[in-house]
Amino acid sequence: MSVRHALLALLGEGPKYGLQLRQEFESGTGEIWPLNIGQVYTTLQRLERDGLIESDEPEREGPQKGFRLTEAGSAELFAWLSTPPDMTSPPRDELVIKVLSALRVPGVNAHNVIQIHRRYLVELMQQWTRLKEDEADFDLQFALVADAELFRLDAIVRWLDTADGRLKRAALEPHAQPAMPRLARRLVVRR
Amino acid sequence: MSFLELRRVSKSYGEGATEVRALADIDLSVDRGSLVAVMGPSGSGKSTLLTIAGSLEKQTSGEVLIDGAALQTMSHNDKARLRRRTIGYVFQDFNLLAGLTAVENVSLPLELDGVQARKAHAAGMSALEELGLADRATHYPDELSGGERQRVAIARAVVGERHLLLADEPSGALDSTNGEAVMRMILAACKQGVAAVVVTHDAQLASWADRVVFLRDGRVIDQTVPPPSPESLIEPSPEPSK
Repeated sequence: MSVRHALLALLGEGPKYGLQLRQEFESGTGEIWPLNIGQVYTTLQRLERDGLIESDEPEREGPQKGFRLTEAGSAELFAWLSTPPDMTSPPRDELVIKVLSALRVPGVNAHNVIQIHRRYLVELMQQWTRLKEDEADFDLQFALVADAELFRLDAIVRWLDTADGRLKRAALEPHAQPAMPRLARRLVVRR
Repeated sequence: MSFLELRRVSKSYGEGATEVRALADIDLSVDRGSLVAVMGPSGSGKSTLLTIAGSLEKQTSGEVLIDGAALQTMSHNDKARLRRRTIGYVFQDFNLLAGLTAVENVSLPLELDGVQARKAHAAGMSALEELGLADRATHYPDELSGGERQRVAIARAVVGERHLLLADEPSGALDSTNGEAVMRMILAACKQGVAAVVVTHDAQLASWADRVVFLRDGRVIDQTVPPPSPESLIEPSPEPSK
């Protein structure tokens, strides 16, 4: 997560103080990501050093020092908003590795491994949904954050469902070349 | 006490070598006011479970109790009355009657049950109002959007004094915002004391439920445990001990 750009975005609305930036960052993300005030000031110092923000009172320090966006900062903010984050290389997902490993360990039922994780994910989703159910009506920012988390977890559950189905089919067609071990080899090679 | 209870319910189709077991020894109980989701892939038996719970199909063995009464001891007429008065169904493809307006669709089960047309119409209107569809009452299904049609189907399922709501993939082909609206409505019905079962393959829909039951190959293989307070998600995690 880019705190740097999130702060630039808040300053895009107008000049602000450090403490104010922290409060607005937290409330603007549905209070899901707490932000350390030290991190706010360090980031602001770097942004100032890089010429992306400026202060009217360069000598003054502390919570009352105000910052505003420079032209370079504004350009950086717009460039960031319109550039998709790098998603080209898949993350090394522990859950994927776990399911692949379950296929290789004798005596382990991969379906059970899948179900343990599926249940855990659905329980997490139930908690997020409950939060959304309580708060979504009056907190748009929070609903967006909760949706993002629900879709992320949902994607993992769907992958588990697909893996479950694939394993079941593979067991019914023992002559077919199992796809999983080949994928496992490729992952090993990539490392 | 649970309003719906399935005790060791099994269902088979065919006999001998061609026998297919759709459900095996299902135990499930749903309390008044609670929403249970049954989650499983296609072919796991979830739709069969719902039709048996709703007395639309008979189990091969085991017992189904609704409000303490066993379905297998009921006469045809008793079961028909139960379906008209107590159970509401929501299907994936809405199943609205094309020749009737929204309000006529909603009030139809009451009229079939002998409620006076005027009273049935009033109840239908108030169910539509609650779901934000009052201005659509006189429209025909083909004049409504997918989301509106599903809301009419839910209004029809909860109209009158229904206590059991059974929904099969209730968000069907709706987008996720409309799917969420559907689940909010089902949940609102539960808050008024309705017992509800939603079967789905969709984890996002299932996550609205108080309890999620996982079905595989006709068997309940697992279920969620009641979650801790949702606030645990947004409290900062304790510092790991060093």
